[in-house]
Amino acid sequence: MALQASKIQVGDTHTQKLTDDLSRTQIVQYAGASGDYNPLHSDEIFTTKVAGYPTVFAHGMLTMGMTGRMVTDYVGDGRLTAYGVRFTRQVWPGDALTATAKIDAVREEDGQNLVDLSVSTVNQDGDVVVMGKATAKIDP
Amino acid sequence: MAAKKFPIEAGHIMMFARAVGDPNPIYHDADAAADTEPGNVIAPPTFYQSSAQYDPDYFLRPKIGEPWFGSGKNPTGVPPKRTGGDGGTGLHAEQRFEYFRHVSPGETLTIKTRPGKTWERQGKRGGKLTFSENITEYFDESGELVVRATGVGVRTEKVVESD
Repeated sequence: MALQASKIQVGDTHTQKLTDDLSRTQIVQYAGASGDYNPLHSDEIFTTKVAGYPTVFAHGMLTMGMTGRMVTDYVGDGRLTAYGVRFTRQVWPGDALTATAKIDAVREEDGQNLVDLSVSTVNQDGDVVVMGKATAKIDP
Repeated sequence: MAAKKFPIEAGHIMMFARAVGDPNPIYHDADAAADTEPGNVIAPPTFYQSSAQYDPDYFLRPKIGEPWFGSGKNPTGVPPKRTGGDGGTGLHAEQRFEYFRHVSPGETLTIKTRPGKTWERQGKRGGKLTFSENITEYFDESGELVVRATGVGVRTEKVVESD
């Protein structure tokens, strides 16, 4: 299931749809599982009347977690050695998200084959919502 | 401040994987996971963030019997300027994980946190932006570092407008 160094090359991409219509309920699910109950993510009254946003929005970590699915589906289970993102734009209920990994490097370190990836997720308008990097152990 | 111990539990991993929309059986089916390379249920890559569940003082969870800043009778249950920010907002700017090993249910991790760098930048719309790093390290029962998480928070002077 893991990637093989002999079968991939720099520039290869892998794209996966994460959601067609992000629901407020999924954001609530993430609040419950992660323990981050910041009302900005589930409490419409607080978010609009006190915080001044148009509506609730997703935890950045929800988008990072959803994007992580694309990364682990691509590199294989238990293969990640690093994964990091910047949160570049808010994700709102109703957004459709698509994640892409691009191979930046295929290398060897201490006898272990590794792949370095650029990772990004875009919304329905093509705007980047998270972007970052990942590194994973791969087979020869 | 932060959680000291983080018990890794199968039900917690299952609920977390559902929340991030990941149906991979390795996160919820021990029998299916036995046939995978790790050979066991493992935690999804960003699961470690949910150690907040075990932080008794975590400020983004309502405390029993205490006022909560979300809405109830009123749009907020506490007076404004609670955090001392002048109408500004704290947001999560960046998050990085380094994995030295992937953990499985039944393990209990020990957590150590420390502040990282702090820096400032002039934002386009939100005025001055103050960034600060927080480093959280997760150790297993034999004292080995298994995951290092680095979070970067940003505090804005004004509410960030959407486009």
